[in-house]
Amino acid sequence: MKRLRVWLLGAAAFAAAGAMAAETPRPGGVLKFAVSAEPPNYDCHAQTSFAFIHPVRPHYNTLLKFDTAKYPAIKGDLAESWTVSKDGLTYTFKLRKGVKFHDGSTLSSEDVKATYERLRNPPPGVRSVRQASYADIASIETPDPSTVVFRLKKPNASMLSNFASPWDCVYSAAKLKQDPRFPERNILGTGPFTFVEHVAGSHWTGRKFGGYFEKGKPYLNGYVAIFISGAPMVNALAAGEVVVEFRGHSPADRDRLVKALGERAVVQESPWVCSLVVTFNTKKKPFDDQRVRKALSLAIDRWGGAQALSKVALVRHVGGILRPGYELAASEKELLTYPGFSKDIARSREEARRLLKEAGVPNLAFTLTNRNVAMPYTPVGVFLIDQWRQIGVTVKHEQLETRLYLAAQQRDNPTFDAALDFNCDFMDEPNLQLQKYLSHDRSAINYAQQTDRVLDELYDRQSGELDRKKRYAILREFERRALEQAYTIPTIWWHRIIVHHKHMKGWHITPSHYVGQDLADVWLDQ
Amino acid sequence: MLKFIVHRILLMIPTLLGVAVLVFFLLRLMPGDPVATMLMGDAGGANIPREVLEAERARLGLDQPLWVQFFKWLWGALQGDFGYSMWTGKPVAYEIGIRLELSLQVAVMATILAILLALPLGTLSAIFKDSWVDQLIRVFSIAGLAVPSFWLGMIVILLLLTYFHWIPPLTFTSLWEDPWENLSQLIWPALAVGYRYSAVATRMMRSSILEVLQEDYIRTARAKGVIERLVVARHAMRNALLPVVTVIGLEFAFLIGGLVVTEQVFNLNGIGKLFVQAVARSDFTMIQALVLVVSVFFVLVNFVMDLLYALLDPRIRYR
Amino acid sequence: MSTAAAITYKVPKRRHPVLQFIVQQPLGAAGLAIIVAMAVCAAFAPWVAPYDPLAVDYGAMLAPPSREHWLGTDSFGRDVASRIIYGARTALAIGFIASFLGCTAGAVVGVVSAYFGGRTDLLIQGVMDVLLSFPIIVLAITVVAVLGNYVVLGIDVNLIIAIAIPMLPRVERVVRASALAIREMPYVDAARAAGFSHARIIFRHIAPNVVAPYLILLTAFVAQAILSEASLSFLGLGVTEPTPSWGLMLSGAAADFYQQAPWMIVFPGIAISLGVFAFNLFGDSLRDWLDPKIKL
Repeated sequence: MKRLRVWLLGAAAFAAAGAMAAETPRPGGVLKFAVSAEPPNYDCHAQTSFAFIHPVRPHYNTLLKFDTAKYPAIKGDLAESWTVSKDGLTYTFKLRKGVKFHDGSTLSSEDVKATYERLRNPPPGVRSVRQASYADIASIETPDPSTVVFRLKKPNASMLSNFASPWDCVYSAAKLKQDPRFPERNILGTGPFTFVEHVAGSHWTGRKFGGYFEKGKPYLNGYVAIFISGAPMVNALAAGEVVVEFRGHSPADRDRLVKALGERAVVQESPWVCSLVVTFNTKKKPFDDQRVRKALSLAIDRWGGAQALSKVALVRHVGGILRPGYELAASEKELLTYPGFSKDIARSREEARRLLKEAGVPNLAFTLTNRNVAMPYTPVGVFLIDQWRQIGVTVKHEQLETRLYLAAQQRDNPTFDAALDFNCDFMDEPNLQLQKYLSHDRSAINYAQQTDRVLDELYDRQSGELDRKKRYAILREFERRALEQAYTIPTIWWHRIIVHHKHMKGWHITPSHYVGQDLADVWLDQ
Repeated sequence: MLKFIVHRILLMIPTLLGVAVLVFFLLRLMPGDPVATMLMGDAGGANIPREVLEAERARLGLDQPLWVQFFKWLWGALQGDFGYSMWTGKPVAYEIGIRLELSLQVAVMATILAILLALPLGTLSAIFKDSWVDQLIRVFSIAGLAVPSFWLGMIVILLLLTYFHWIPPLTFTSLWEDPWENLSQLIWPALAVGYRYSAVATRMMRSSILEVLQEDYIRTARAKGVIERLVVARHAMRNALLPVVTVIGLEFAFLIGGLVVTEQVFNLNGIGKLFVQAVARSDFTMIQALVLVVSVFFVLVNFVMDLLYALLDPRIRYR
Repeated sequence: MSTAAAITYKVPKRRHPVLQFIVQQPLGAAGLAIIVAMAVCAAFAPWVAPYDPLAVDYGAMLAPPSREHWLGTDSFGRDVASRIIYGARTALAIGFIASFLGCTAGAVVGVVSAYFGGRTDLLIQGVMDVLLSFPIIVLAITVVAVLGNYVVLGIDVNLIIAIAIPMLPRVERVVRASALAIREMPYVDAARAAGFSHARIIFRHIAPNVVAPYLILLTAFVAQAILSEASLSFLGLGVTEPTPSWGLMLSGAAADFYQQAPWMIVFPGIAISLGVFAFNLFGDSLRDWLDPKIKL
């Protein structure tokens, strides 16, 4: 173990050094990377999976994008510059000139408008899964071919980052007019790479787009995304068949890869905007009793668990409902005052036992519904059961196929007692992360089934609050109430680990595996 | 003979119909929703409204009454149209087609391996019944039934990686494009699957040769003074082969079962992996088609075997 | 787990049958010995196993085999040897129950089908053909994926059903063939002429004659069931963590530790192979000894 740590340190130091030195990117080469799942169809607006972003995003551009080296800073992609009015109601974007689609046509503001109209108001037969994010848009105007103006109905604190959403690929207005479902089967973007082929179940290939608007980019001649997962994927990385996988590895995989690749490995790590949460079925006894839910939250030794689990699972950080380290998340000092986050676990457990006794269920027994996905669901499930055992609660573990797992939580009369659920977003943004905690009638992903108008009201207030400090304060109020009521409780936040071969350069890790994947800046040093 | 063939073909229809009914309703009568699985299994910041889910269900025809869905599907399947994958939206036939070559090749390679091993081993085992040769071969073949092929695959990869720092290529290259690349990828899974397969065939070979050796004409042949080896080679082999061919045929039809786990371990883009993925994705149309295809294959193999028997043994035809 | 012992004494009607079996079938005896050892481990697991198989120890994760942990520890710091010993419980319990259910159901259907003949027979054969044309693992995966897990007394009912169903038609065929032959015997005709009830004829005259194939199939299918359980658990469709199961030990984290912790995949794999091997060996020899004509 000790020798391994030395390896790691060496590799990490190397990564830092690599990032510092300003090397001149070298053009050429084909990047081979692994993608551990496969996109169902080709329409950005209808997707929710990273398996789509990784192979497809390099074909497209968005209005804005995240600056991965300075996350969560935002920079222009198709937009050269932008202004936001003081009242937060008008967003004006100036587009770059001379941007070409892969078929040779020129991009204009009409294309951007058509794209966002499709997103916020999809025509029949078209699926737009993030429609809600654009509900606040009142109108989209195109005063000239290189200007787009968005007018909002009310201020929305998350609007600017929404324009950097990796899902909002800008499509050709002409093609959409012919067939609104054109993007489901065809790839036509302005991005750095053109589409070559997709062999279902095997791989996805892209080739450098000669007419890309940024001169000299992309550096790569092309890329091949290979659909491969689990142990075979790690084997392929170790054997050099692929250079990188962009979602994330478990610590065990990292250690193995570092050991196998030695000098040739670079490790990049970051906290992750993903967490596993426990959802209690508040429609079922005894989970309708706040004391029971709170007791079960108190019993979890988050600090100790984070440390232990971080060795075997891709979880590491203790946090509330926002990602620890995010500027709007609770500081550690505040965190320690929330129920279930004290470092004095013995006292918390004592309190938990007392609460259970008070609620009349000192020997509680229930079933934890979990997903049959090994990482990180299984280790965290095993961990939780062990934690609850220590306050005399007996828990049965039930790991289900995704379909049955979702069904157990989503039926109108859900049958589960408690479920291990996930919350994974493409960026740090309270408007996204708080969805799980909103009342049942306002959120399709709240499986706890509660109705809590206090939380709803706080949510609306923070969403419209453009002042960061004030928004921070409202968020703390929301968080304290959510954790005290414990309808849905955070367990441990994920930790993203990427191991790649040293000769891949120009790629920075971010807390989201959905952003920073257009590959325009990536190059191979060989 | 014609009557016999027609009769056999007619018998296949209810079987296949039964398979179709079973798989279709089994999938649909249980809780869960393929649309939710697709859209919410890995949600990147999407709070998907119920209306979107409903619309998608309608698009896939999942909102229609079950029997309507069933007859639409059956009618299509009868015309060779298995519909569209609920996951990719592409025709099921296309998705299966692009993976068939790989799975078939592994299956054929495993079969060849099985035959090459089974014929000599089974014969030796029978001739030297109860001797140490027999015991050794029996242990070898029973072990072949016992070792899980996916575990064998894991061990093979472990050894290749540890000692050669090499793993088989990741993307499938057709045998016609580059035979070397192709074989270096498929030989290992074929070995992992073929061991079990050869074990089954070896055991059948042994027992059917033993049986034939008891028959009168062999005794006569022996009594006539022909040397033992010639007897076995000339008389026993030919008659013992039929059950062995049957077993090889049936196992070939069932090879997809072995491939399900093995393709997982070797990351092969074949029918087995497609099946596991289809199950994980609740891709109903894909599961239905795959099960039906395998069943048709199995039934056809059975049919051909029956014909063979009938040709060789006229008594069967008139039963 | 006294079922293994039960099998040995069910071999009846000869002098020192066990001794005879051991002398005539040394390989079968070896298989039996392994089965008995497994059964003892399973029955006395709490005394045999050095550790609690569920005890998580984050201080001793991925420890190589040593004096404290003979076969090393897994990614939760759980003792691999203890989990294998307890895993024998899971394997034997699921193996025997599934095999017993599948074979008994198959035998009953087979005898009924053969006895009544005619339309009943035709209908039953049709249903069996349908079941038979599903590959075992495909049928099992479909059943598990469709039913999910449903646990009673620590045993996964749906998993057992998924494993047992594919056995049914295979057993049915063999038993039906044996029963058909017996149906034509004069004494069955006599019983019928004497006006005995169907139930009586089936149980008194036909059933005893299909006991031999039934026993042989039962043994062989225990092996098949253990293998199915391992495969399904490996695919994440079988037994659920933290229950110790051999197949489960090979999936998930274990698959990621090929090089670092090979003991995590090597030993459980050997356990599966050895267990299945023993049952196959025993079943095979049992067949040779009881009735060499039965095809498995």
